[in-house]
Amino acid sequence: MGQIFRALLANYEEAAAIVLFAIGLAMLLFQRNLIRKLIGMNIMDTGSFLFLASMGYIKGRRAPILVDGIREASAYINPVPAGLVLTGIVVSVSVTAVMLSLTIRLYRRYHTLDLDEIYVLSRHQLEDR
Amino acid sequence: MDFIRNFPLFTIVLSLFSGVLCMTLGGRKAKNYTVCYECVLIGLCAAVLWYTVQNGAFTYVMGEFPAPWGNEIRAGVLEALLALVFLLVLLCAVLGGWRFLRLDVEESKINLYFTLVNLLTAALMALAWTNDIFTGYVFLEILTLSSCGILIVREIGRTTLAAVRYMILNLMGSGLFLLGVVLLYSLTGHLLMVPMRGAIAEIMAEGNYALIAFSTGVLTIGLGMKSGLFPFHFWMPDTYGTATPSSAAILAALVSKAYIFLLFKIYWRVLGWEVYEALPIRNLLFLLGILGMIFGSVSAIRANNINRMVAFSSAAQIGYIYMGLGLPGGCAAAMFQIIVHAVTKSLLFLATPRLAEVSGDSLLFENLQGSGLRAREAGIFFTVGSFSMVGIPVFAGFAAKLSFAVAAAQTARPAIIFATMVALGISSTLNAIYFIRTVIRVYTAGRGGADISAPRIYAVEHNDAAALLPVSMPAVRRITYLAPCLLLTAANVFLGLFSWIVMDLIQRGLGMFA
Repeated sequence: MGQIFRALLANYEEAAAIVLFAIGLAMLLFQRNLIRKLIGMNIMDTGSFLFLASMGYIKGRRAPILVDGIREASAYINPVPAGLVLTGIVVSVSVTAVMLSLTIRLYRRYHTLDLDEIYVLSRHQLEDR
Repeated sequence: MDFIRNFPLFTIVLSLFSGVLCMTLGGRKAKNYTVCYECVLIGLCAAVLWYTVQNGAFTYVMGEFPAPWGNEIRAGVLEALLALVFLLVLLCAVLGGWRFLRLDVEESKINLYFTLVNLLTAALMALAWTNDIFTGYVFLEILTLSSCGILIVREIGRTTLAAVRYMILNLMGSGLFLLGVVLLYSLTGHLLMVPMRGAIAEIMAEGNYALIAFSTGVLTIGLGMKSGLFPFHFWMPDTYGTATPSSAAILAALVSKAYIFLLFKIYWRVLGWEVYEALPIRNLLFLLGILGMIFGSVSAIRANNINRMVAFSSAAQIGYIYMGLGLPGGCAAAMFQIIVHAVTKSLLFLATPRLAEVSGDSLLFENLQGSGLRAREAGIFFTVGSFSMVGIPVFAGFAAKLSFAVAAAQTARPAIIFATMVALGISSTLNAIYFIRTVIRVYTAGRGGADISAPRIYAVEHNDAAALLPVSMPAVRRITYLAPCLLLTAANVFLGLFSWIVMDLIQRGLGMFA
């Protein structure tokens, strides 16, 4: 038990990332309010980004920009995880934007953000061909 | 001839460029442009297919950065074949659904529809060609967003609701996929698939089995959610049932297949097939596939609406593909099923709206009675699609089911042979129950929808009195509807009669897939 605790403490960033991911996933699954679902989705993505960023950082090394003529690769951290996080953030932002616009459209039609209520309301409409 | 090596990249870049271009064109011009450039893409893919059959697979290194650093495209016979089929089906879906698209989508937004279709094409092409798992993730999200876009262009409440539910499930899937990619990256230190496999083999040799199994499991659940693997198939009827016909055909026939192909690529190229066969996930896929085949069909029998029935049948057909992935030596059959289902399901989704159109715009079974007599060509297309799904010889579905049975028989493991045969038998019987029942209904003359003046939603929603006019088609539109449907019918019969040609290509492709 103590060993697991120590391992978690040593890798607290990764542990936090997984916890964040789980919280986000649970919110996305179980919240009925659309805005809360979207916040959950963002938390979930943030968990993945934190995991990547903490994996990519090595204590004592610099950002991968050549300064002072230091040329050994061991002086710098790996730039790829940071690049992946940036790409991931862009994807996450655009997905959030699309989902928010969908939410607005649903709200204008049904005047509620509760997904279950919307589902019930949609059943009463004549649109079902 | 080495210039052909650039073509896979061209298909992706050209699609992205066309997406932007279509935003500036008018609706009709955008459609014409899209059709022309899809033809060009088909030519490019056919050239790549020819080249790879002659010379074997090749790797295209982008920016000339060598393996562990750069980004790669890899083209072999299998990738080229699937890309070609995807493009052909996409072209047919767009052309065949054009008539309905104009009723479902506002005139000023039609060009945006084609923008989305082009972005979707780019994503499909990228997922077919890419050799980099993170590029896979990015285009996976592009595919998700553009497929959501082509779903919500039909601005009625139910479609928006279906899109939101579809997106939520897809976002969960993407999140899990991203987590899986991140885990694999932190384990292996690579994003390119081939170097990853080397690193994974080393990790497996050290006996660190659990981490690989966990990451693969997360990836599989993510992509399974997105493609409609058994417990996650409940979004299908709302999504496919309410979308405009082109979108339904594209979503059902292509989008879910692209996810499955990416998953297959990860199994084959990132894990290596031996590692995958050793993981318990294969047995799980086999089981879930069989459950999907049966429960999808049971739901389809209970559906009261033809589009929901066809959508649930998609869940069953996706089950076949996953069963093939879980079957030892069944991946060739699974790839063949991907092609068969793409060709058949798009035909069905193009036939049903025309049947509904002559039945007071109703998709309910009671109104559809006799619609095959009122719209003869659509009735024939629906019958061909149904026969193929049931697995009647001459049509494509039969060849697919046969190849699954052969693959199972070759394992020489009685339990697997028994399970596969029983599953195929039950599933085919269930398919026959609901498809043949519908075919009979469509051809039974009687008091059908012709007498029922159901509210014409199109006309009311869009304030378009033209939609209320008689339902016979003008000659030009008739050709744009008939030609793609005839092509898909021909493809169905071709796949049914000459399946060995395609199977041979697939086997060759698998041989050079690594």
